[in-house]
Amino acid sequence: MATCKYDWPAAGHRELIGKSIERIDGPEKSSGRAKYTYDTNPPGRLIAKTCSCPYAHAKITSLDTSAAQKLPGVKAVLVVHPVGDEIQWAGDEVVVVAATTEEIAEDAVRLIKVEYEQLPHLVREEDLKKAEAAGRTKEGGESTTGDPAKAFADPDSVLSEGFYGLPVITHCCLESHGSVTMWTDPKTLKTWVSTQNVSGGPGQFGQGLRFKKVDVEDNNIETICQYIGGGFGSKFSPDRWGIEAAMLSKMAGGAPVRLMLDRNIEMEMAGARPSAYAKVRVAAKKDGTLTAWDSDSWGTGGPGPAGHPPLPYVIEPPNRHWKHTAVLTNIGEARAWRAPNHPQACLITMGALDDLADKLQMDPIEFLKKNVNLAPPILRRAYSEELVKAAEMADWKKNWHPRGDKTPGHIKRGVGVSLHTWGGRGHNSNCNIIIRPDGSATVQLGSQDLGTGTRTVIAITVAETLGLPVDAIKVEIGDSKFPYDGASGGSTTVGGVSNSTRRGAVDALDELFAAVAPSLGVQPADLEAWNGKIQVKGDASKSLTWKQACAKLGVKTIQTLGKNPGPCHLGDSGVGGVQIADVSVDTETGQVKINRIIAAQDCGLIIDMKTAESQVYGALIMGVCYSLFEQKVMDETLGVMLNPNMEFYKLATIGDIGEFVVHMMTGPGYDERGVIGLGEPPVISPGAAIANAVTNAIGVRVPTLPLTPDKVLAALEKGEKA
Amino acid sequence: MSRKKDRPQKAGSSEKSSLTRRDFLKGAGVTVSGSMLVGSTIASAASPGPEAGFVGPGPVPVTLRVNGKVHKLNLEPRVTLLDALRDRLNITGSKKVCDRATCGACTVMMDRKPVYACTVLAIEAEGHNITTIEGLAADGKLTPVMEAFVKHDAQQCGFCTPGFVMACTAYLERDHNPTEEEISKNLGGNICRCGTYRGVRHAVLEAAGMKGGANGNM
Ligand code: FES
Ligand code: FES
Repeated sequence: MATCKYDWPAAGHRELIGKSIERIDGPEKSSGRAKYTYDTNPPGRLIAKTCSCPYAHAKITSLDTSAAQKLPGVKAVLVVHPVGDEIQWAGDEVVVVAATTEEIAEDAVRLIKVEYEQLPHLVREEDLKKAEAAGRTKEGGESTTGDPAKAFADPDSVLSEGFYGLPVITHCCLESHGSVTMWTDPKTLKTWVSTQNVSGGPGQFGQGLRFKKVDVEDNNIETICQYIGGGFGSKFSPDRWGIEAAMLSKMAGGAPVRLMLDRNIEMEMAGARPSAYAKVRVAAKKDGTLTAWDSDSWGTGGPGPAGHPPLPYVIEPPNRHWKHTAVLTNIGEARAWRAPNHPQACLITMGALDDLADKLQMDPIEFLKKNVNLAPPILRRAYSEELVKAAEMADWKKNWHPRGDKTPGHIKRGVGVSLHTWGGRGHNSNCNIIIRPDGSATVQLGSQDLGTGTRTVIAITVAETLGLPVDAIKVEIGDSKFPYDGASGGSTTVGGVSNSTRRGAVDALDELFAAVAPSLGVQPADLEAWNGKIQVKGDASKSLTWKQACAKLGVKTIQTLGKNPGPCHLGDSGVGGVQIADVSVDTETGQVKINRIIAAQDCGLIIDMKTAESQVYGALIMGVCYSLFEQKVMDETLGVMLNPNMEFYKLATIGDIGEFVVHMMTGPGYDERGVIGLGEPPVISPGAAIANAVTNAIGVRVPTLPLTPDKVLAALEKGEKA
Repeated sequence: MSRKKDRPQKAGSSEKSSLTRRDFLKGAGVTVSGSMLVGSTIASAASPGPEAGFVGPGPVPVTLRVNGKVHKLNLEPRVTLLDALRDRLNITGSKKVCDRATCGACTVMMDRKPVYACTVLAIEAEGHNITTIEGLAADGKLTPVMEAFVKHDAQQCGFCTPGFVMACTAYLERDHNPTEEEISKNLGGNICRCGTYRGVRHAVLEAAGMKGGANGNM
């Protein structure tokens, strides 16, 4: 029974929430009608290309753009880095050119003469000593809790030591980064931008342009993004090249300028997930109770520090010490990559705990169960239930064996487990709910749908509240002219938009009840919206259809503003999740094959089961990609990325992924927490679960991702297990 | 149709190789490694045909038949079919992602055969019937493949989806009875970053008239 006005309907009173509902923009996407930034072709659209620095670290000594300026078809040439500027990573744009066609823009770029003085660079970080010798490290934090030295010295404890790591990877969004930007008049900027932050666009463009001495008011800037071809944390701002597009447009008399980064440039500089490597010591009592943790970790996120992995991850022994060192490299800037720093911390911690369980001769699931009380209190129940559920779905008892598959033959099978957490509290959100006398219901907010199902979740929330079918709700998002909504990052969107639209829709319905009540001869509080009708509670014979009810508005339109945060408990923060990987490893070729990945995941109250499950499937597949294939391969001699393209920067294809079993935790204990985000959590564990499964199969650990055949064979040669 | 791609400065040069990738030039200008990698791709992908003649380098008239409609264009010979469709004709269903025959996002059909539009020159497409995703659902009604993609949620951001729908459609025209293994083999030329492959498998089975089963685990 609802006790607070905006509360989510109770379990028996949900027509739509929690059901498996098709995404409402599915037909637009599958038919190719969905228009992305890259597809935007306003009349007179110019195309811009970048003249990019080929060196990892260099100073510009001379620059000549005159030939490019003169090429027929070239409309604007903008120097981004003048002579004397120092470039910190290969791919950085020195000059940008806008021309009538892509071919002319490319020709113009070739005509630009830039001379550089090459400076010393560092682009690889696996060897910490080397980085320190080059003076390219920075303290990244250190912390001690309890008395780790004493705990490690305890003669009764069992110790495990190991090395774990994962390299820098890129986002590789299928739609590259960029915008189509135009001045509709000298004071008014309109920009279609591939962004996770539609509402933030005007402020970001305004600030960037004023910094470049271009006079513009935020008020006069509109950013639009109806569809975005992937972001994953790399597209929170228009970036420097967004500002450059606006400047090129200004130089070209306001003509629309499309500046989308070429794929190689996108991979070189538009997003790197920081690497992490760690030497770990961990100790437990003989009965498996964890006592101590010690880690010395390092990693790079480009020229600046990029945070540190939260170590130890989730399971925190009473005595612990961690220290992190940032390696500063010339590889392009770090960007948030789905669950920043968590996959790294998870791989390191769950790998170390798995190795310790082996030393203890314990089943890793029993070991985790034993130590689940070292996890944050709010998550203990979820982990306990998820460990049981995942083990059951994975047939763990049957499939787990002590390290090294002893069955004959060169195909070795193993299973591995991992757990993870994330916050996911809803972001600040505002929405308009509009009900018109003809019965049309519209919801507007400056949000964006990254493919997570945001539009669908909004439609379901409003439809549920108004007692209407999903397709009766018109959802308008993707434009900064709508009410301000937060950026889509950190799994904050579903909480934000569901909570604001719930509040707005409840208020709008109240106004409708007030208009309708007299004609039914009752008080507004006696009414409810159900099944396309406004009816008297407990007496469905007294009702009006939705259309009849709205007609009572006369010519008046209802418009309410829904907000988050706001009254009543509609959302929360903090989810758990357990994953189990089941793999086969060919010890002759070193090839790892994913048989199955099992996921048990909680995220509070689920609005749309279908798109929620899709988030998990997608995360598992992304997890397979970074576990087996992905790496930004840097060449220390040249200072450049050797695989800035999609044939050598490997992503999984449809035959590489294995099978998936996903179970969303719902019902009592979960639903009443309200809505919590889901984008990040399921992408955290796959690396650790897969690495642990490979170790279980072959008996030795492959210390770093990706688990490529060469590394598997090298580990086998060194360890001689399996 | 003869093929020739080069930058204008080399007009009339008599070099033999008939490059098919604009990226050769593009890559060479950007990074050392880029040009090496692209160079090797070209070496294996394109051998000069003895019949290779020359057109260009300036714009030449090109007639394209796209989704049954004839378009007359004036294009430099180096313009790819993908760029002609997207940037000249504003037919934007096919996406530009890798621009070098790796990801399948640009898949269109040429005489009902799937091709990567980023790797076909517009002038090569003359005389062929080009079908883009817009041509599959011309009347606004979703095809069975598109419907299956919606039903099995084989799309998240959707940027890879038109390419996948084209590849699936073309594949199901060749093979009406695919196994899961065959699906993996035949759709291995399309990449999705959001991770929709599981949905795609179910969608293909469903569209082929077999039971993909929304809840079945494959
Ligand atoms: S864009 Fe053509 S295959 Fe990737
Ligand atoms: S749905 Fe986003 S790339 Fe496939």
